[in-house]
Amino acid sequence: MSGAGTVVTAGRRSPLFWLGIAAAVVLLCVLPFLVKNYRVFQFNLVLVYAIAILGLNILTGFNGQISLGHGAFYAVGAYAAAILMDRAGMPYWATLPIAGALCFCFGFLVGFPALRLGGHYLAVATLALALAVPQLLKYKLIEAWTGGVQGIVLNKPEPPFTFRFLGQPFNADRWLYFFTLAVVVLMFWLAWNLLHGRVGRALIAIRDHPIAAGAMGINLPVFKSLTFGVSAAFTGVAGALGANVIAFVSPDSFTVNLSIFLLVGMVVGGLASIPGAFFGAMFIQFVPNIADEISKSAPAAIYGLLLIVLMYLMPTGVMGLVRTLWLRRQEPAVAAAVPASSNAMTKET
Amino acid sequence: MLLAFLRATLAGMAALAMSGAALAQKKYDPGADDKEIKIGAIHPYSGPASAYGTIGKAIGAYFEKINAEGGVNGRKIKYIALDDGYNPAKTVEMARKLVEEDEALVVFNPLGTPSNTAIQRYLNQKKVPQLFVATGATKWGDPKNFPWTMGWQPTYQAEGRIYAAHVLETKPNAKIAVLYQNDDYGKDYLKGFEDGLGDKARTMIVAKVTYEVTDPTVDSQMVTLKASGADVFFNITTPKFAAQAIKKAAEIGWKPLHYLNNVSSSVGSVLTPAGLDNSRDIVTTAYIKDPTDPQWANDKGYQDWVAFMKKYMPQGNLADGFNVYGYTAAQGLVQVLKQAGDNLTRENVMKQAASLDIALPMLLPGVNVKTGPDDFYPIEREQLQRFDGKTWVLFGKVYGR
Repeated sequence: MSGAGTVVTAGRRSPLFWLGIAAAVVLLCVLPFLVKNYRVFQFNLVLVYAIAILGLNILTGFNGQISLGHGAFYAVGAYAAAILMDRAGMPYWATLPIAGALCFCFGFLVGFPALRLGGHYLAVATLALALAVPQLLKYKLIEAWTGGVQGIVLNKPEPPFTFRFLGQPFNADRWLYFFTLAVVVLMFWLAWNLLHGRVGRALIAIRDHPIAAGAMGINLPVFKSLTFGVSAAFTGVAGALGANVIAFVSPDSFTVNLSIFLLVGMVVGGLASIPGAFFGAMFIQFVPNIADEISKSAPAAIYGLLLIVLMYLMPTGVMGLVRTLWLRRQEPAVAAAVPASSNAMTKET
Repeated sequence: MLLAFLRATLAGMAALAMSGAALAQKKYDPGADDKEIKIGAIHPYSGPASAYGTIGKAIGAYFEKINAEGGVNGRKIKYIALDDGYNPAKTVEMARKLVEEDEALVVFNPLGTPSNTAIQRYLNQKKVPQLFVATGATKWGDPKNFPWTMGWQPTYQAEGRIYAAHVLETKPNAKIAVLYQNDDYGKDYLKGFEDGLGDKARTMIVAKVTYEVTDPTVDSQMVTLKASGADVFFNITTPKFAAQAIKKAAEIGWKPLHYLNNVSSSVGSVLTPAGLDNSRDIVTTAYIKDPTDPQWANDKGYQDWVAFMKKYMPQGNLADGFNVYGYTAAQGLVQVLKQAGDNLTRENVMKQAASLDIALPMLLPGVNVKTGPDDFYPIEREQLQRFDGKTWVLFGKVYGR
């Protein structure tokens, strides 16, 4: 995981970059066989959160629209998957595209008011969404499907085949890990292609200077609403995967904290950085547990303290620091070759 | 019958023959050895329900006391307390940590109905005891489908039956009005109450009105209930709505015999905002000694608890009933472990938990902890208490099985 994003200069890739990618792939495939089931489960959640944070990053990091309500899309994705499996008997893998499509529509609709609301006003409007969804899930008219306060208990998907590797069985947790990993690869590939082409440049232009972007012929309303939809779809797919990993959904699982944690994860990982999503996901998965181990009296205070320390040490997130270090190492060469454009280029990766 | 007798005799003879070997043989599952028993627990130390976190701390403090006094059958208790922030998704992660990483013998007293629902299937698949769960829902005593899950406190249904029994005894011709929250909790209470009334439920209950958690007030419901002409009122509401209902009843001059569910029996957060005068003569249930009740000042159980709090939990609040709750639940678990002796398998822990018949010092006199192979409801007895304008005053007999 760690080697994937260390090279940031677009264009030519050094052999070191490909070596890093290969090492990361091998590590990701062997990892679940080196640790206990419970850790596999945690890594699985990291992958799920990485997709959700990537979704949020497309909206906030690349397009500049702040959302405090992505927990709502995560919840809708999770519930869509849970209801389809529980009531319609659908296989788990088939629920992902449906959850994604549903969240795309939902996000697109939410994106409309976003055209009139900018900056902090949009953040507050989306916060309302995050607050409302857990309550709406308890609504009695839909209780027959959602299970009300009690939620829905799901079955973990069984592996289609089984073998042993490094003395560890290929069980439900490990199968789900590889399934999630495959989805992660697909989603990150999609995001990479989306953001490193015409569309990506348009999104960044809207973020940096909407008037100029409009003058260049970018259709602002369409692009902003579609970005909201795509972002929600990513988070919804993450929610559907999360429901499978946890094997349970209930309104209390998707409180407003989830939305805020996703935002925290995005900022910690690095705004407008695709690989940063992994670091953010690791932060929101593991740091609360560390805080809990340090103190039972005030785990939230310890969590806050760790967050402040981290943001003080890495004000631009993990990927921001990686970038700075990389540039410093490359400085002589970069300074000689392209002194002015290096900053502009790194900003969009 | 004869067959059973023969089998018992044979088993006895076999046991006698092997007793020498059996005594020396200690049996362990993950989480237990000669020196230590690992007990995992999940409580909300952070998040919206963090007021309950003190239960987990009181449990830990009691285990410290047990360890300081030599442990259980010579083994120290290693207490692994985890925080789920009252988020069921996090509860799943923490339960998996306790089972797979920390290898706890028992997952003890996890708190909250959704949280326990989230881990029930997992723990039963793994055959790990989900012991003495901290929720009043009725579904935890289902040994046929979930033999590894056991409740602890009196269920909502059991409490509802107690009010019904009291109505039948004192006002057999009552006309009853019920206000209940429209969810599992409210329906659980109502079911117990209706079961308790039996055939008479249909004629005695003259009005049933619901409210939603999202409603701003229950004022209009109270007006409707008064209009029904009822002279008994069963108030199944959470604290905010309970206070509203009590206040509104006084405002519109409705003075029925008022039963208030135990969930909202807090003087500080319900009766005071509703008005202490308005709350006079309300009836509710109790099973645990209220640490603020002056009648226990000279009670041995209460004094021991205060001494324990001062020594092992000096920062704890002596007025907080949750600290009594945690202390009492921990005592229940220690009794189970004592009974299990040297056979510390998860199976034997469940077997011993299902053969309890004890009284605990901070339970009300007459309230006991009793279980059986088909009875996974440890505390089922409660006593009624009436509010005298200042505190709750216990009265009458102890109800329940």
